[in-house]
Amino acid sequence: MAAPVTNDQSWFFALALGVSFLKCLLINAYHSTDFEVHRNWLALTHSLPAAQWYYEATSEWTLDYPPLFAWFEYGLSHIARFFDKEMLVVQNLNYASPATILFQRLSVIVADVVFFYAVKECCKCLREDKGKYLLGKPSFILTVLLLWNFGLIIVDHIHFQYNGFLFGVLLLSIARHFQNRHFEGALLFSILLNLKHIYLYIAPAYGIYLLRCFCFTQSNADGSLQWRSFSVVRLVTLGTIVLSTFSVSFGPFIALGQLPQASMTGGLVQEFQHSVLPSVSPLATLVCTVLSILPALFRIWHRPNGARGFLRCLVICALGSFMFGWHVHEKAILMAILPLSLLAVESREDARIFLILSITGHYSLFPLLFTTQELPIKILLLLLFTIFSLTSLKTLFRKGGALLNPLEATYLLGLIPLELICEFVYPLTVWQKTFPFLPLMLTSIYCALGVTYAFIRLYISLLTCSDSTKKIKTQ
Amino acid sequence: MENWSLFSLCVLLGLTSRWAVSFHSYSGAGKPPMFGDYEAQRHWQEVTYNLPVHEWYFNTTNNDLNYWGLDYPPLTAYHSLVCAYVAKLLNPEWVELHASRGYESHSHKLFMRATVLFTDILIYIPAVLLYCFYFCDGSSKQKVATALCILLYPGLILIDYGHFQYNSVSLGLALWGILGLGLGWDLFGSLAFTLALNYKQMELYHSLPFFCYLLGKCIKQGLIGRGFFQLAKISLTVLVTFALCWMPFLSDPKQPLQVLHRLFPFGRGLFEDKVANTWCSLNVLIKIKTLLSRETQLFLSFALTLLFILPSSLKLLSKPNLWQFKLALVNSSLAFFLFSFQVHEKSILLAAFMLPLLVKDGLLLPYVVTSLAFLFLSLYLLSALERSTEEELRLGLYRKLTRHWLPKLNLSRIIKWKFWFSLVAMAALSFTSVWLEPPAKFPDLFPVLVSILSFLHFLGFIIYFNLVQLMEPQRKKSQKKTN
Repeated sequence: MAAPVTNDQSWFFALALGVSFLKCLLINAYHSTDFEVHRNWLALTHSLPAAQWYYEATSEWTLDYPPLFAWFEYGLSHIARFFDKEMLVVQNLNYASPATILFQRLSVIVADVVFFYAVKECCKCLREDKGKYLLGKPSFILTVLLLWNFGLIIVDHIHFQYNGFLFGVLLLSIARHFQNRHFEGALLFSILLNLKHIYLYIAPAYGIYLLRCFCFTQSNADGSLQWRSFSVVRLVTLGTIVLSTFSVSFGPFIALGQLPQASMTGGLVQEFQHSVLPSVSPLATLVCTVLSILPALFRIWHRPNGARGFLRCLVICALGSFMFGWHVHEKAILMAILPLSLLAVESREDARIFLILSITGHYSLFPLLFTTQELPIKILLLLLFTIFSLTSLKTLFRKGGALLNPLEATYLLGLIPLELICEFVYPLTVWQKTFPFLPLMLTSIYCALGVTYAFIRLYISLLTCSDSTKKIKTQ
Repeated sequence: MENWSLFSLCVLLGLTSRWAVSFHSYSGAGKPPMFGDYEAQRHWQEVTYNLPVHEWYFNTTNNDLNYWGLDYPPLTAYHSLVCAYVAKLLNPEWVELHASRGYESHSHKLFMRATVLFTDILIYIPAVLLYCFYFCDGSSKQKVATALCILLYPGLILIDYGHFQYNSVSLGLALWGILGLGLGWDLFGSLAFTLALNYKQMELYHSLPFFCYLLGKCIKQGLIGRGFFQLAKISLTVLVTFALCWMPFLSDPKQPLQVLHRLFPFGRGLFEDKVANTWCSLNVLIKIKTLLSRETQLFLSFALTLLFILPSSLKLLSKPNLWQFKLALVNSSLAFFLFSFQVHEKSILLAAFMLPLLVKDGLLLPYVVTSLAFLFLSLYLLSALERSTEEELRLGLYRKLTRHWLPKLNLSRIIKWKFWFSLVAMAALSFTSVWLEPPAKFPDLFPVLVSILSFLHFLGFIIYFNLVQLMEPQRKKSQKKTN
């Protein structure tokens, strides 16, 4: 039997097609209230003039994404017409006919094309891409880690969201910065901010990096700032790009005097009064978040490490905001895991951090899918992703001993008994009725350990890594 | 990457697609009064749990054989009994005698699907992995690719996890039988296959090759001496296994007869529904169902089946090696499918040709996705199209035949074109079956077209495989594994 004939890029297509088939099979799976949220947005962008989009409140799921996303839904609604007109009626709350489900699911699957393109571009940014055979090539491993990312599949194609599309824009922007096409990168990020405001958390990384590495065109020999190389032209161009994107997006609403409405819908939630521990205010979380990312920002200002330093800082910003931010959703861990994949296939230390963060972070997404029917799927898919990432990264960095030290390995293995207890044993005990949230608390605490550990290690690696001008250490 | 991780990734992908398909509808969902195969399996749990053994196959007040009476051999009944015990633990309503007829609920569906997954993991998947590991040629990457393609085979997934059946048990056991024979463990192989036979009588399609292979081996070892002892041991194994399986039914001579009567329902006619075999296709032109008497039909089908399996079986008897054995399995099952009595389309387990059944079950989406995925995967991983030179397609014989009057024929190109043409035809028929209305004069037009198209393919395959088995010398690589 001859070896499988694989030309250079066909494996990418095979992986993309394969994961799309899997997503199609999950069309009939459980979907959360986010499904109704997006159906409602399809309906109101289609049926109402733009002036009323942010005021419409028939459904409890009012529009709380920035305007560009609303325009995206508006575009989708024109295709939705051919599937089932009833879904576009605002009053049809919780309308979920088979055609509606098919359309919405397909729209997520098709929108992932942006993500595929971005992954392809990221693969081009890898420093070296040599491998004895296909399965050992960094680009192949990166492609699988991104295209078949457990978190994305679970959140987008079961829970229901459009993260693939949005992360595609983010990864593309990062890729453009790697490729020194900074204007495009900035434009893409501005568009992203206008699609979903949560990416504001990583804007500081962008701001500092672009200011330091792009607006100051040169650095001194030792890597410090050369004040005289400041380029006003670049700063002004960047500013123009950002401002014009925002004006295209918010412009119509500013003109109508709706800016307060649009910006208020950032999902402000009422404050909780805790019973035992001190209550936390939004201001306190903001202060904590800023404090946690400040050292990283200082570092890349002081000693930038090129695009890779920027990426590391971006991940730290995402993690910091995940750990200390206000009303953070567990899905936000993806904002740290996905960009970290790029670093993981290039450096041993990053691969280690990635393994701990991704396995823990993905496990923390389990409570999102609480139905019995989806239980095998989430376990199987997590096992799939975990086994692949462990073995492929281990093989990639086989020189230099084991990738994970015994403590880390034990921690990760501890997830197995945790899962057994939380989802199999605990529901059968008498405490299920009196303390129903105990498993969730256990999951959160256990995963928090892993996330915090990854955060600290990432910081250490950022603060101790040498300049890009000197020899690059991949240890 | 190590082998174990690649194999486990294949298994995980296979399990994921199986469970994802199980989200969709099942046979007879929400269709009283008869429902479908899903209800049949549930009903068998009810019957085996609540009634004593000697009533399982008989028509009594408690057991109405017209409502999905047991028509599989005893192992299926025992399996249903075990499932019923578990069902009783979870929710007694599921197997309540009479009261649970037509019971449908989300949790019950989860339970039933879980039973299929459980037996799959226990029996079928390990057999596939061992088969690919030991009996596949090529590098370890190729073995993994083969394992992936087999595990993602749409037919089995759609029937077991969609329509709802337990084919993975009987096919898995048969595969263990093949594994046993291949590794030289004849007794184990016979045991496994006998169990498969006692699970579903459909495995009779494979029984003749097993018989001929083992007999041929024993003859080769000398009928006086070692060969005879081997034959005796095998026969004893088979008989004891049969006896153990049928033990509860051996107390009363009426029992086994009734069971056999349920297993082989000659009263149901030559064929039912639209099946891609000879009789159904022939019926389009000549109404044999009405023209010939039932006895004649039985005789005709018996004769033709025998005619088509005889050459391959005799060849296997004379040359009992693994390669011949595998080919004989294909030929025998194809022959039985095409010519025997009362064949159901599930007997073929080939995805595209069960289209009408799957559409009826509401399984169109999984059918499309799994078929496309399988097709793409096989083409990509197994490089089917690249390796289609004439030699590899063993078209040598055809070449000899056509050399006289069509010397310039590029046969491999013809095959490639034929392959794409078949795909297009299948896709077109799938599309029309679902979206177009048939003309009023021929309401069954599309299912019949599907059957006929499939039948022509199978006829072509059976001729091809018979020729390969009978004429070509065996491949050199498999000589290492013969014993």
